[in-house]
Amino acid sequence: MSRTTGMKYVYQLHKTMVDNSLILVYEGEFTQEITKSVLLMAERNLEYMEEESSTKKKVFNVMVECLQNICKHNDKVAEDKLWNSAVFMIAKDEEYYSIVSGNAIENTFIPSLEERLSQINSLDKEGLKNLYKDMLKNSQLSEKGGAGLGFVDIARKSGQKLEYSFEPINENSSFFCFRTKIARVNE
Amino acid sequence: MDALSIKATEDTPNINFDPSTGILEISGRSLPEDAAGFYKPVLDWLKQYATSAKASSALAMKLEYFNTASSKVILDIFNIIEKISLDKKVIWYFDKDDEDMQEAGEEFSEIVNIPFEYKTY
Repeated sequence: MSRTTGMKYVYQLHKTMVDNSLILVYEGEFTQEITKSVLLMAERNLEYMEEESSTKKKVFNVMVECLQNICKHNDKVAEDKLWNSAVFMIAKDEEYYSIVSGNAIENTFIPSLEERLSQINSLDKEGLKNLYKDMLKNSQLSEKGGAGLGFVDIARKSGQKLEYSFEPINENSSFFCFRTKIARVNE
Repeated sequence: MDALSIKATEDTPNINFDPSTGILEISGRSLPEDAAGFYKPVLDWLKQYATSAKASSALAMKLEYFNTASSKVILDIFNIIEKISLDKKVIWYFDKDDEDMQEAGEEFSEIVNIPFEYKTY
Protein backbone atom coordinates (compact mmCIF):
# COMPACT_ATOMS: atom_id res chain seq x y z
CA MET A 1 0.00 0.00 0.00
CA SER A 2 1.57 3.22 -1.03
CA ARG A 3 1.44 6.32 1.08
CA THR A 4 -0.57 8.05 -1.61
CA THR A 5 -3.60 5.75 -1.45
CA GLY A 6 -6.80 7.69 -1.16
CA MET A 7 -5.17 10.95 -2.17
CA LYS A 8 -6.44 11.03 -5.71
CA TYR A 9 -9.48 13.09 -4.72
CA VAL A 10 -7.21 16.04 -3.97
CA TYR A 11 -6.17 16.32 -7.58
CA GLN A 12 -9.66 15.49 -8.81
CA LEU A 13 -11.20 18.18 -6.64
CA HIS A 14 -8.61 20.66 -7.83
CA LYS A 15 -9.28 19.70 -11.44
CA THR A 16 -13.06 19.97 -10.98
CA MET A 17 -12.59 23.46 -9.58
CA VAL A 18 -10.32 24.55 -12.41
CA ASP A 19 -12.52 22.95 -15.10
CA ASN A 20 -15.57 24.75 -13.73
CA SER A 21 -13.72 28.05 -13.26
CA LEU A 22 -14.49 28.00 -9.54
CA ILE A 23 -12.73 30.70 -7.60
CA LEU A 24 -14.23 29.94 -4.21
CA VAL A 25 -15.95 26.91 -2.69
CA TYR A 26 -17.26 26.56 0.83
CA GLU A 27 -18.87 23.34 1.98
CA GLY A 28 -20.12 22.79 5.50
CA GLU A 29 -22.11 24.39 8.24
CA PHE A 30 -23.74 27.77 7.66
CA THR A 31 -24.03 29.70 10.89
CA GLN A 32 -24.32 33.50 11.01
CA GLU A 33 -20.64 33.78 11.96
CA ILE A 34 -19.47 31.45 9.19
CA THR A 35 -21.68 33.21 6.66
CA LYS A 36 -20.00 36.48 7.62
CA SER A 37 -16.50 34.99 7.24
CA VAL A 38 -17.25 33.46 3.83
CA LEU A 39 -18.62 36.79 2.70
CA LEU A 40 -15.54 38.71 3.81
CA MET A 41 -13.24 36.19 2.18
CA ALA A 42 -15.16 36.37 -1.08
CA GLU A 43 -15.12 40.16 -0.92
CA ARG A 44 -11.34 40.15 -0.49
CA ASN A 45 -11.06 37.81 -3.50
CA LEU A 46 -13.12 40.22 -5.57
CA GLU A 47 -11.09 43.22 -4.49
CA TYR A 48 -8.03 41.87 -6.26
CA MET A 49 -9.83 41.36 -9.55
CA GLU A 50 -9.83 43.91 -12.29
CA GLU A 51 -13.52 44.42 -12.64
CA GLU A 52 -16.00 47.26 -12.87
CA SER A 53 -16.99 48.31 -9.38
CA SER A 54 -20.66 48.03 -10.35
CA THR A 55 -20.13 44.37 -11.31
CA LYS A 56 -18.33 43.68 -8.04
CA LYS A 57 -21.15 45.30 -6.12
CA LYS A 58 -23.77 43.16 -7.87
CA VAL A 59 -21.78 39.99 -7.16
CA PHE A 60 -21.40 41.00 -3.53
CA ASN A 61 -25.09 41.80 -3.14
CA VAL A 62 -26.16 38.47 -4.65
CA MET A 63 -23.69 36.62 -2.41
CA VAL A 64 -25.17 38.26 0.67
CA GLU A 65 -28.72 37.25 -0.23
CA CYS A 66 -27.71 33.69 -1.20
CA LEU A 67 -25.69 33.09 1.95
CA GLN A 68 -28.38 34.55 4.19
CA ASN A 69 -31.01 32.44 2.43
CA ILE A 70 -29.04 29.28 3.17
CA CYS A 71 -28.35 30.33 6.73
CA LYS A 72 -31.98 31.14 7.45
CA HIS A 73 -33.39 27.96 6.02
CA ASN A 74 -30.68 25.50 6.93
CA ASP A 75 -31.01 25.36 10.68
CA LYS A 76 -34.10 23.20 10.98
CA VAL A 77 -32.71 20.03 12.45
CA ALA A 78 -29.35 20.95 13.89
CA GLU A 79 -28.62 17.37 14.92
CA ASP A 80 -28.95 16.01 11.42
CA LYS A 81 -25.92 16.31 9.18
CA LEU A 82 -28.06 16.60 6.06
CA TRP A 83 -29.56 19.87 7.29
CA ASN A 84 -26.34 21.13 8.65
CA SER A 85 -24.26 21.24 5.54
CA ALA A 86 -24.62 23.19 2.36
CA VAL A 87 -22.38 24.34 -0.44
CA PHE A 88 -21.61 27.81 -1.73
CA MET A 89 -19.46 28.55 -4.78
CA ILE A 90 -18.37 31.40 -7.01
CA ALA A 91 -17.25 30.78 -10.56
CA LYS A 92 -15.81 33.23 -13.04
CA ASP A 93 -15.50 32.70 -16.78
CA GLU A 94 -15.01 35.05 -19.70
CA GLU A 95 -18.55 36.35 -19.66
CA TYR A 96 -20.07 35.78 -16.25
CA TYR A 97 -19.64 35.48 -12.54
CA SER A 98 -21.83 32.66 -11.24
CA ILE A 99 -22.95 32.48 -7.65
CA VAL A 100 -23.99 28.91 -6.92
CA SER A 101 -25.49 27.44 -3.80
CA GLY A 102 -26.87 24.06 -2.80
CA ASN A 103 -28.74 23.06 0.32
CA ALA A 104 -31.19 20.42 1.50
CA ILE A 105 -34.87 21.26 1.63
CA GLU A 106 -37.95 19.27 2.59
CA ASN A 107 -39.91 18.08 -0.43
CA THR A 108 -43.08 19.68 0.92
CA PHE A 109 -41.52 23.12 0.33
CA ILE A 110 -40.64 22.47 -3.30
CA PRO A 111 -43.98 23.42 -4.93
CA SER A 112 -44.17 26.86 -3.31
CA LEU A 113 -40.48 27.56 -3.90
CA GLU A 114 -40.75 26.48 -7.52
CA GLU A 115 -43.83 28.63 -7.98
CA ARG A 116 -42.07 31.68 -6.58
CA LEU A 117 -38.96 31.18 -8.72
CA SER A 118 -40.90 30.58 -11.92
CA GLN A 119 -43.04 33.66 -11.22
CA ILE A 120 -39.84 35.71 -10.88
CA ASN A 121 -38.44 34.23 -14.10
CA SER A 122 -41.63 35.10 -15.97
CA LEU A 123 -41.20 38.82 -15.27
CA ASP A 124 -39.20 41.41 -17.16
CA LYS A 125 -37.21 44.26 -15.61
CA GLU A 126 -40.26 46.45 -15.04
CA GLY A 127 -42.31 43.54 -13.68
CA LEU A 128 -39.59 42.67 -11.18
CA LYS A 129 -39.37 46.28 -10.05
CA ASN A 130 -43.10 46.38 -9.40
CA LEU A 131 -43.06 43.04 -7.57
CA TYR A 132 -40.17 44.27 -5.41
CA LYS A 133 -41.97 47.48 -4.50
CA ASP A 134 -45.22 45.64 -3.72
CA MET A 135 -43.45 43.14 -1.49
CA LEU A 136 -41.52 45.88 0.24
CA LYS A 137 -44.69 47.82 1.01
CA ASN A 138 -46.87 44.91 2.00
CA SER A 139 -44.76 42.17 3.49
CA GLN A 140 -44.00 42.02 7.18
CA LEU A 141 -40.63 40.71 8.26
CA SER A 142 -40.98 36.96 8.58
CA GLU A 143 -40.10 35.40 11.92
CA LYS A 144 -36.74 34.41 10.48
CA GLY A 145 -35.96 38.03 9.75
CA GLY A 146 -36.22 37.94 5.98
CA ALA A 147 -38.60 40.10 4.04
CA GLY A 148 -39.14 37.43 1.34
CA LEU A 149 -37.50 39.83 -1.05
CA GLY A 150 -34.24 37.96 -1.48
CA PHE A 151 -34.95 36.09 -4.70
CA VAL A 152 -36.55 39.13 -6.34
CA ASP A 153 -33.56 41.26 -5.45
CA ILE A 154 -31.17 38.59 -6.76
CA ALA A 155 -33.06 38.45 -10.07
CA ARG A 156 -32.96 42.23 -10.40
CA LYS A 157 -29.25 42.52 -9.66
CA SER A 158 -28.50 39.66 -12.06
CA GLY A 159 -30.61 40.73 -15.02
CA GLN A 160 -30.56 37.05 -16.08
CA LYS A 161 -33.03 34.24 -15.46
CA LEU A 162 -32.51 32.36 -12.21
CA GLU A 163 -31.35 28.75 -12.68
CA TYR A 164 -32.37 26.04 -10.24
CA SER A 165 -32.94 22.33 -9.85
CA PHE A 166 -33.99 19.88 -7.17
CA GLU A 167 -31.92 16.70 -6.87
CA PRO A 168 -33.60 13.93 -4.84
CA ILE A 169 -31.77 12.96 -1.62
CA ASN A 170 -34.36 10.57 -0.18
CA GLU A 171 -38.13 10.28 -0.14
CA ASN A 172 -38.56 13.32 2.11
CA SER A 173 -35.90 15.73 1.00
CA SER A 174 -34.07 17.14 -1.98
CA PHE A 175 -30.97 19.16 -2.68
CA PHE A 176 -31.88 22.62 -3.95
CA CYS A 177 -29.28 23.88 -6.45
CA PHE A 178 -29.42 27.54 -7.32
CA ARG A 179 -27.32 29.59 -9.73
CA THR A 180 -27.26 33.31 -10.47
CA LYS A 181 -25.22 34.84 -13.25
CA ILE A 182 -23.80 38.34 -13.32
CA ALA A 183 -22.51 39.54 -16.68
CA ARG A 184 -18.93 40.82 -16.62
CA VAL A 185 -19.47 43.05 -19.61
CA ASN A 186 -22.31 45.51 -19.68
CA GLU A 187 -24.96 44.39 -22.11
CA MET B 1 -33.29 64.10 24.12
CA ASP B 2 -29.85 62.46 23.81
CA ALA B 3 -28.02 61.88 20.53
CA LEU B 4 -27.89 58.33 19.22
CA SER B 5 -24.54 57.03 18.14
CA ILE B 6 -23.78 53.46 17.10
CA LYS B 7 -20.38 52.51 15.70
CA ALA B 8 -20.21 50.60 12.43
CA THR B 9 -19.21 46.94 12.31
CA GLU B 10 -18.33 44.81 9.29
CA ASP B 11 -22.03 44.22 8.61
CA THR B 12 -23.88 47.05 10.32
CA PRO B 13 -23.83 50.78 9.56
CA ASN B 14 -22.66 53.76 11.53
CA ILE B 15 -25.60 55.60 13.09
CA ASN B 16 -25.27 59.23 14.07
CA PHE B 17 -28.47 60.98 15.06
CA ASP B 18 -28.16 64.48 16.49
CA PRO B 19 -31.45 65.93 17.74
CA SER B 20 -29.92 69.39 18.27
CA THR B 21 -29.14 69.85 14.54
CA GLY B 22 -31.80 67.52 13.10
CA ILE B 23 -29.12 65.72 11.10
CA LEU B 24 -29.66 61.98 11.16
CA GLU B 25 -27.00 59.99 9.39
CA ILE B 26 -26.82 56.30 8.51
CA SER B 27 -23.63 55.32 6.69
CA GLY B 28 -21.64 52.27 5.63
CA ARG B 29 -23.04 48.82 5.01
CA SER B 30 -26.22 47.35 6.34
CA LEU B 31 -26.12 43.58 5.98
CA PRO B 32 -27.27 42.11 9.30
CA GLU B 33 -29.26 38.87 9.12
CA ASP B 34 -31.26 40.05 12.09
CA ALA B 35 -32.08 43.49 10.73
CA ALA B 36 -35.11 43.86 13.02
CA GLY B 37 -32.91 43.24 16.07
CA PHE B 38 -30.19 45.66 15.00
CA TYR B 39 -32.59 48.49 14.11
CA LYS B 40 -34.87 48.14 17.16
CA PRO B 41 -33.09 50.87 19.20
CA VAL B 42 -32.85 53.04 16.05
CA LEU B 43 -36.59 52.84 15.43
CA ASP B 44 -37.35 53.46 19.12
CA TRP B 45 -35.14 56.56 19.13
CA LEU B 46 -36.73 57.89 15.93
CA LYS B 47 -40.28 57.41 17.21
CA GLN B 48 -39.47 59.56 20.20
CA TYR B 49 -37.62 62.11 18.05
CA ALA B 50 -40.51 62.37 15.58
CA THR B 51 -42.83 63.73 18.26
CA SER B 52 -40.30 66.19 19.67
CA ALA B 53 -38.38 67.50 16.64
CA LYS B 54 -37.82 71.22 17.08
CA ALA B 55 -36.48 72.25 13.67
CA SER B 56 -36.07 70.75 10.24
CA SER B 57 -34.73 67.20 9.88
CA ALA B 58 -32.43 65.71 7.27
CA LEU B 59 -31.94 61.97 7.08
CA ALA B 60 -28.65 61.32 5.30
CA MET B 61 -28.48 57.80 3.86
CA LYS B 62 -24.92 57.00 2.83
CA LEU B 63 -25.10 53.28 2.27
CA GLU B 64 -22.59 51.29 0.31
CA TYR B 65 -24.62 48.08 0.53
CA PHE B 66 -27.86 47.01 2.14
CA ASN B 67 -29.49 43.57 2.18
CA THR B 68 -33.18 42.88 1.64
CA ALA B 69 -33.64 42.27 5.37
CA SER B 70 -32.53 45.89 5.92
CA SER B 71 -34.66 47.32 3.11
CA LYS B 72 -37.87 46.63 5.01
CA VAL B 73 -36.51 48.39 8.09
CA ILE B 74 -35.26 51.33 6.01
CA LEU B 75 -38.83 51.75 4.81
CA ASP B 76 -39.98 51.68 8.45
CA ILE B 77 -37.49 54.47 9.18
CA PHE B 78 -38.84 56.56 6.29
CA ASN B 79 -42.38 55.96 7.51
CA ILE B 80 -41.47 57.45 10.88
CA ILE B 81 -39.70 60.45 9.31
CA GLU B 82 -42.74 61.00 7.10
CA LYS B 83 -44.85 61.68 10.20
CA ILE B 84 -42.68 64.54 11.46
CA SER B 85 -44.83 67.65 11.06
CA LEU B 86 -41.92 70.06 10.53
CA ASP B 87 -39.65 70.23 7.47
CA LYS B 88 -37.95 66.97 6.60
CA LYS B 89 -36.02 65.44 3.76
CA VAL B 90 -33.95 62.42 2.84
CA ILE B 91 -30.53 62.93 1.30
CA TRP B 92 -29.73 59.75 -0.62
CA TYR B 93 -26.04 59.30 -1.39
CA PHE B 94 -24.74 56.89 -3.99
CA ASP B 95 -21.50 56.08 -5.76
CA LYS B 96 -21.72 57.70 -9.21
CA ASP B 97 -21.16 54.29 -10.87
CA ASP B 98 -23.73 52.50 -8.72
CA GLU B 99 -26.98 52.61 -10.68
CA ASP B 100 -28.58 49.99 -8.44
CA MET B 101 -28.15 52.22 -5.38
CA GLN B 102 -29.49 55.25 -7.25
CA GLU B 103 -32.51 53.26 -8.36
CA ALA B 104 -33.07 51.93 -4.85
CA GLY B 105 -33.31 55.52 -3.60
CA GLU B 106 -35.74 56.46 -6.35
CA GLU B 107 -37.92 53.49 -5.50
CA PHE B 108 -38.07 54.38 -1.82
CA SER B 109 -39.01 57.93 -2.80
CA GLU B 110 -41.92 56.59 -4.86
CA ILE B 111 -43.25 54.69 -1.82
CA VAL B 112 -42.99 57.39 0.86
CA ASN B 113 -44.08 60.98 0.94
CA ILE B 114 -40.84 62.77 1.79
CA PRO B 115 -38.72 64.97 -0.49
CA PHE B 116 -35.57 63.16 -1.66
CA GLU B 117 -32.34 64.86 -2.60
CA TYR B 118 -29.68 62.86 -4.45
CA LYS B 119 -25.96 63.27 -4.04
CA THR B 120 -23.11 61.28 -5.54
CA TYR B 121 -19.80 60.53 -3.87
